[in-house]
Amino acid sequence: MIVSLNWLKDYTDVKVSAEEFCDRMIMSGSNLETLTYQGVDIENVVVARIDKIDKHPDADKLVVCQLYIGDKEANGKDEETGLIQIVTGANNVKVGDLVPVALHNSKVPGPLHGQAKVEGGVKITKGKLRGVPSFGMMCGPQELGIEDKCVPVDSKDGIWLLNGEFTPGTPLVEALGLEDAIIDFEITPNRPDCLSMIGMAREAAATFGTELRYPETKCTKESADKLEDYISVEVKSDLCKRYTARVIKDVKIGPSPWWLQKRLMAAGQRPINNIVDITNFVMLEYGQPLHAFDIRELAGNKIVVKTAEDGDKFTTLDEVERTLTKDMLTICDGEKAVALAGVMGGLNSEIKEDTEMMVLESANFDANSVRLTSKALTLRTEASSRYEKGIDPNLCEEAADRFCYLVESLGAGTVCQGSIDIYPEPVEVEAVHARVSRINHVLGMDLSREEMVDFLERLEMEVTGSGDDLYVKAPSVRQDIEIEEDIVEEVARLYGYDNLPTTLPKGNKEAGEPAERTLRDKARDVLCAMGLDEIITYSFVSPKGVDKVRIDEDSWERAFVKILNPLGEDTSVMRTILTPNMMEVLAHNYSHNISEMKAYEIGNCFMANYMDPNGLPDEGYNICIGSYGDGMNFFELKGIVCELLEAMGIKNLRFEAESEYGVYHPGRCARVLTKHVVETEKGPREEEVELGIMGEVHPEVQGNYGIKTRVYLAELMFDNIMEVSDTEIHFMPIPKYPAVERDIALVVEEAIEAAQIIDTIKEAANDILRKVEMFDVYRGEQVGEGLKSIAFKLTYRDNDKTLTDDEVVSVHNNILKALEEKLDAKLREM
Amino acid sequence: MQNKINAILEESKAKLDEIKSLKDLDDLRVKVLGKKGDLTAILKNMKDLAPEEKKEVGMLVNKAKQDVEEMISSKLAEVKAKALEEKLKAEKLDVTEPGTKHQLGAKHPLTVVTEEITKVFTSMGFSIVEGPEIETVFHNFDALNAGPNHPARDMTDTFYVNDQVLLRTQTSPVQVRTLLSQEPPIRVISPGRVFRCDTPDATHSPVFHQIEGLVVDEGITMADLKGVMDSFAKKLFGEETRTKFRPHHFPFTEPSAEMDVSCFKCGGKGCRVCKGSGWIEILGCGMVHPNVLKVGDVDTEKYTGFAFGLGVERVAMLKYGIDDIRLNYENDIRYIRQFKK
Repeated sequence: MIVSLNWLKDYTDVKVSAEEFCDRMIMSGSNLETLTYQGVDIENVVVARIDKIDKHPDADKLVVCQLYIGDKEANGKDEETGLIQIVTGANNVKVGDLVPVALHNSKVPGPLHGQAKVEGGVKITKGKLRGVPSFGMMCGPQELGIEDKCVPVDSKDGIWLLNGEFTPGTPLVEALGLEDAIIDFEITPNRPDCLSMIGMAREAAATFGTELRYPETKCTKESADKLEDYISVEVKSDLCKRYTARVIKDVKIGPSPWWLQKRLMAAGQRPINNIVDITNFVMLEYGQPLHAFDIRELAGNKIVVKTAEDGDKFTTLDEVERTLTKDMLTICDGEKAVALAGVMGGLNSEIKEDTEMMVLESANFDANSVRLTSKALTLRTEASSRYEKGIDPNLCEEAADRFCYLVESLGAGTVCQGSIDIYPEPVEVEAVHARVSRINHVLGMDLSREEMVDFLERLEMEVTGSGDDLYVKAPSVRQDIEIEEDIVEEVARLYGYDNLPTTLPKGNKEAGEPAERTLRDKARDVLCAMGLDEIITYSFVSPKGVDKVRIDEDSWERAFVKILNPLGEDTSVMRTILTPNMMEVLAHNYSHNISEMKAYEIGNCFMANYMDPNGLPDEGYNICIGSYGDGMNFFELKGIVCELLEAMGIKNLRFEAESEYGVYHPGRCARVLTKHVVETEKGPREEEVELGIMGEVHPEVQGNYGIKTRVYLAELMFDNIMEVSDTEIHFMPIPKYPAVERDIALVVEEAIEAAQIIDTIKEAANDILRKVEMFDVYRGEQVGEGLKSIAFKLTYRDNDKTLTDDEVVSVHNNILKALEEKLDAKLREM
Repeated sequence: MQNKINAILEESKAKLDEIKSLKDLDDLRVKVLGKKGDLTAILKNMKDLAPEEKKEVGMLVNKAKQDVEEMISSKLAEVKAKALEEKLKAEKLDVTEPGTKHQLGAKHPLTVVTEEITKVFTSMGFSIVEGPEIETVFHNFDALNAGPNHPARDMTDTFYVNDQVLLRTQTSPVQVRTLLSQEPPIRVISPGRVFRCDTPDATHSPVFHQIEGLVVDEGITMADLKGVMDSFAKKLFGEETRTKFRPHHFPFTEPSAEMDVSCFKCGGKGCRVCKGSGWIEILGCGMVHPNVLKVGDVDTEKYTGFAFGLGVERVAMLKYGIDDIRLNYENDIRYIRQFKK
């Protein structure tokens, strides 16, 4: 809400500076957006009268003007005529016009035509234009700091034509009363009453303890004509809460006086003509939108308020034809629509230069209906933005009266006696019960009843009751006052939040957090410790991402939760896996010449809930690791995955070759599994749990993202990890007896996996075998085609005694025998 | 004989002085004490001597042997020390050359800030609770006192999955879940991801993060709300931070407030970060609206509470002077690595 401080002073006294005014208004609940000053950076600019206009001898587009500036001394003033000569290119001036002139050595705020705004203003000096001396500059409104959108129509593209009686030679700022503070307040949705000058004045009066003065509304020269002779109103929809109409005859359209124009311009509106200006002025004053119809255009001299038919066409004031629906409320005459209720009038019934008789509408429409209509047509106006927040229907009559009063006092027409007022269910304010004790209890305060009553009465609330009980009747514009807590807030904000004490809650609580969160935090710590950087990506993705990473047609990764109203296709479904986003991020960095990258994301993934389409979808965290660059390979990644999972409390990790999953190289991909003991009715049973998948990315996928080096990825399912995680530490005593180590190298067929050999070794051994570690693989001539040599270190130890050679040999030989029999593994000389 | 032995000793002494290497020293030892050494030779020739002489010469030789051994061993220590000294000298490094890289990874700035904020609150006895990112309309709007025509419900503001299910627009639904599942006293925070229909630009993102807080207990006052928020601001931005509470409006709190903190860049004098005002808006808060407490069947006469919510991106951007919210989701590693700590 834009507030001109000078205008506000019409309704209440403000005795402090604009800064202090803002500071205190902020603390009582009217938050400040901006504070700017009008009429600053204007020096040596005076009112001048154009006495003579001549053509420029050497330029077609320029004219030479002689200006009268009274007694004002100025450089270049002709001693004989007392006029000063100014050359201008503007073509909207004529002899007799009053205009602002910036004399030699003057300052204007700017921006000058076609130039950028300069902080502190622009200096104007005399000069010559095409050889003719010009002792200053005639100014347009924009050059004097008036916003483009507020400039009066006749001065829009030229010099500011001053409307009214101003003495030439008077300083402009003084003559026009331009000095003002323009304050833009942020109005929260619960306070639509503050979208008006009176509303803001009420807040100011309450904040500063000053008196609130209401404007004059009583006409004295009403015509005896009955308005029923000119118009009838019928309301056919309950979306119209109230409809008040007044009739004005002998309308004389003309410009508004400067005081009125000034108010509108300060509020950011362009003056148009007296009738339009008064409707706007009263809307800003009361927050009640008004609309004027030319009575000539109303067929049957009738106004009918009703909803439109689907497909109805209607051209609004802005000359756009709009298609209506049956939910939209319209104002019609006997035949057609003439306005979109609460949004915008129609081109067919607007006030024109020759309008002689008009109907004023001051009505109240359903807030939500206006909101939806305005939204559906993407047509937001000053009126609709007020209606959609809710307006007090009790304002209609007073605002209409105020309009009539101004029409009469400005001589813009003759007001016909009486009004039509259709108000089927008048809104009456009910008192809210609040308790002094409760208010103090919630605030942590000890205020007296008298203090509270004083605050509330300053807000024009009537308080009755006695003792602890307060019965508070708010002014009917305050639709937000409904319950005791609302009264608590009113008292608190006028007392000042900053004046409330500052305490800490009594009692202690032990802080905890979900185990899942602890484990996720741990994963982050471990991954960062291994040198991986964390990334965070959007939860919604393009459905094409899964194509790009070669996910199968009918795979679960395509069970998307779809967004009904996405920003675009790229963000239209919830991610089921993190892999596509990780690839995007790797590709982004790769394309920015980052030579190597190791990154991870821990993020939520979603799956459509087919069992219950109205229920919540499945939601769970995944951990994705992505990497490319020097030193990265399958086993490097596997090392990271193992360390991570071990740190997350996973034992017995197993990796199983996977050649079918499209994301990965068919020969360089593994499923990550673990064994987990579950309790069943028949006792504990060991189950295999899949934790995720990892590997080298398929060259096609890599290519799809424009990466020209091998990429390694892993995606792990956090919920599965959580299910089998055991982060408890199980202490084992340090061995007392020495271990015996035996290295063996086995020649096996290429197809035999290391894991098979280790499983075979473990099966054939007894419990003196403590550890099997693979430490080398060799392929080459010495072992022959299709074969490989794999070396293992076997560690034997007994916890209770020193092992004898015989004991080791017997187990070791068993192992070798089993390897030979089951895997055709031959011992190779080390 | 005596002379001969003395000569050997003299000679050895002279040689020893010149010796510089371990090998020369060993050669000397062999030459004098070895199987074919000079002293050994004297001993070998003793069989021709008379027993009297034998004894005397034997003693002399043994004494000489001892002397030479002592000489050699002391020289040995000297040579060894010298050799070590030289070896170490040769191994001298340029310690100003760079060390081998062992790079820690960086957490994402949003994680860093979330951790910092949650730490402040857990130190004040707040527990962390979490809720789903896809929520019901009930938890996200209805139960939070947002009327059926509240503009935030529009499809231009909120992402919907169907008419009952949406992407949560705030972390506040976790308040509702907490009130439905816990009895007072309640003291929780809930960090999480939220969604709104905003086209990304420098200051808007359709995905962002919030941290929500809720306290419900007997005798909780607005003064307590101020105390906790003020204490939080001082812990996060520094002890010298001042706070200011302005009346505001949220559907789920009454009274409601916004908290400003004194600008941590200029200390309140006014600068670019605080747009000259000296204050920075940091969070919204208020006393929990009775309609919200009633959803959790909380006796509003017995219990009161306060709630607050702040934006993680906003805090991160203000704290580190980041001028474009999109950087957080672009994941350029040169951005993320700056937040390593």
